[in-house]
Amino acid sequence: MFVTYLRRELAGRRKQTAIVAIGMALAIALVIIVNAVSSGVQLAQSTVLASVYGVGTDITVSQTPAAPTEGEAGTGGPQNFDFGADAGATTDGTTTVSQSRLSVDRGTTAFDAIALDTASGIDNVSAAAATLSLSNTTFDGALPERSTTDTGTAPTGDDAAVGGTPPSGGPDGAGGSSFSVDSFTVLGLDPADDAVGPLSAVSLTDGRSLESADAGTNVAVLDASYATTAELVVGDTVAIAGTDFTVVGLVTASSADAATASNVYIPLDVAQALSGLTDQVTDIYVQAASSTDIEQIQADVEGALPDATVQTQSDLASSVSGSLSSASDLVKNLGLWLSLIVLAAAFLIAILFTISGVTRRTREFGTLKAIGWSNGRIVRQVAGESLVQGLIGGVVGIAVGLAGILVINLVAPTLTAGAATADPASALGGPGGGFGQATVEAATSDIVLQVPVTLSVILIAVGLAVLGGLLAGAIGGWRASRLSPSEALRSIA
Amino acid sequence: MYELTNVTKKYDQGKRSVTALNKVTLSIPDGQMVAIQGPTGGGKSTLLQMLGALDRPSEGTVQLGSSDLSKLGQGPLGEIRAREVGFVFQGFNLIPTLTAQENVETALAPLGVSTPDRTSRAAAALESVGLGERGSHLPAELSGGQQQRVAIARALVKEPAVLLADEPTGNLDEQTRDEIMDLLEGLWRAKGLTLIVVTHDSAVARRAQRRLVIRNGVVREVA
Ligand SMILES: Nc1ncnc2c1ncn2[C@@H]1O[C@H](COP(=O)(O)OP(=O)(O)O)[C@@H](O)[C@H]1O
Ligand SMILES: [Mg+2]
Repeated sequence: MFVTYLRRELAGRRKQTAIVAIGMALAIALVIIVNAVSSGVQLAQSTVLASVYGVGTDITVSQTPAAPTEGEAGTGGPQNFDFGADAGATTDGTTTVSQSRLSVDRGTTAFDAIALDTASGIDNVSAAAATLSLSNTTFDGALPERSTTDTGTAPTGDDAAVGGTPPSGGPDGAGGSSFSVDSFTVLGLDPADDAVGPLSAVSLTDGRSLESADAGTNVAVLDASYATTAELVVGDTVAIAGTDFTVVGLVTASSADAATASNVYIPLDVAQALSGLTDQVTDIYVQAASSTDIEQIQADVEGALPDATVQTQSDLASSVSGSLSSASDLVKNLGLWLSLIVLAAAFLIAILFTISGVTRRTREFGTLKAIGWSNGRIVRQVAGESLVQGLIGGVVGIAVGLAGILVINLVAPTLTAGAATADPASALGGPGGGFGQATVEAATSDIVLQVPVTLSVILIAVGLAVLGGLLAGAIGGWRASRLSPSEALRSIA
Repeated sequence: MYELTNVTKKYDQGKRSVTALNKVTLSIPDGQMVAIQGPTGGGKSTLLQMLGALDRPSEGTVQLGSSDLSKLGQGPLGEIRAREVGFVFQGFNLIPTLTAQENVETALAPLGVSTPDRTSRAAAALESVGLGERGSHLPAELSGGQQQRVAIARALVKEPAVLLADEPTGNLDEQTRDEIMDLLEGLWRAKGLTLIVVTHDSAVARRAQRRLVIRNGVVREVA
């Protein structure tokens, strides 16, 4: 009887069934799409982060930059290139000077490498690696030979009469000067350690990666796209701080569309020696034994290294900028609220229609009670109808939602993401923002949004459909249970 | 056997209280056919509710067989309605989305009758009211008289001891009225029911063994 009556009611009152089901379907489709897009965006974010920070990195530790003290090499500050009187080589009246400097990025502070041991010693840390993030700036200049412009004492009257010697020399041959500044990022890392850190997330495209034996030697691994720009291949040499390094390998981000953390990778000890930052590092990458340990580790590291900025993956996610982060915000805010509102509206529609249905069927339920139907049987009937309406809505909603996801995946919108390369603190608006931002946001990548369909999303949708149906059914059933059997005798108005 | 003693039923209508039944004392033996007449608002339907275990009196007792309906809770009253009382209404009160056959089956649902039994008993009940061929029709596809026949089949399919009818011919034309009354009277005789019919119609009332008039909640026998 239950099934027959249920079937007849749903088929006999198609309009009501359709309205409740459509409301529910819309809400559930929206929940599915928002949920799926949200995990798609998260996926994209972790792709970007993984390429920059390394797959296994749960926590990064950097130093909060302090005001630089005079002559401190460990703090990125203004760069001076000083040339002595006899600097450079002079040919044909032109002196060319060149100086290469390896120093810490603006907004980045190097700190004692002992912090790595501190971090490694913390409970539940499974791996930790330290890197020194530097930038190599080469100043090239060409200026007129000093002897031609600076011939000695004041010009004599004769000289003045003939108008003096016209300026000559210099790159333009007329006493002018030309300067160029070229810079690229250099990351010093422990060549023995590839489990955690920036190089753990890259794939080798040519040559080899850094190995333990490379410690102390002048070898470099290059980001493949940088190598292309700089016209370098494996076997070439690249000059860092005036020292020639042999290019042994090229790497690219594991995901095709993201850049790697740095342009050039060299052994940590060599980087420290060349930059004069002996036993100094700028970042420590920490891998937790389990994701449940992250909070504890973060707290412990903060305790052990009070001057450090400690960031977890979720903090890092906020350092992803560009349209990817706008999409993330949009999904998180608008999408979440929109789906909640539509869901609430759908529940309300289901409840109101069920109540009005029960009111309309007052005499029907009164009659059933008058012929001996118990309250329980009537509540079951009403709840069953609402539940099935909800489920129909759920099934339609899942279909519409999946279709929506399919459309998004077919359209495959491209999002641009920027992630802080060396110092996440900078991108978070710390010191080094503004001017420093340009170098910090070097790793910009285009990510094609791919929206995954997960079983949990489907289960959530089914759960919501059941919940909505039961809620409406419970309220409608409660109303029906309060009807008196004598309603059956009420004269038909 | 009904035994009503000092049955009073009061309704609250906003601030004032209406006495629909006023100290009604009445006894109806099994198998009797009783007609109840009276002006609108006199208390006929209220009396039928007391007899049919739809509601409890404000005061007094309603004895049906061995049960005192005035003392029972909603559950047991429902049981009595399900087993012992058949109801026929002026407006037929069929479930509009269910077929004639299914409407009759609703009366068997609370009794735990097996599905095949339910189907055959409902079909037989429809047969006995002359609608054997109409089982698959929806109420809207039947005439008023046919709908009331379905309702009578629904009331009788559980084989109750009592059949209560509240103006069963009130919505029907004269010819159909006579057909329905013939049917009810025939079933009453055949099954030995206690049949209590509320009616405005003296032609209907004259068929009964006993006639009662209720006015202002007070019951009077008509000689
Ligand atoms: N559920 C109710 N609530 C309030 N008053 C009611 C209710 N049912 C009946 N009454 C009142 O009780 C009196 C008797 O009604 P009823 O038994 O329906 O009369 P009849 O069936 O003879 O027309 C009327 O005054 C009616 O207004
Ligand atoms: Mg009445």
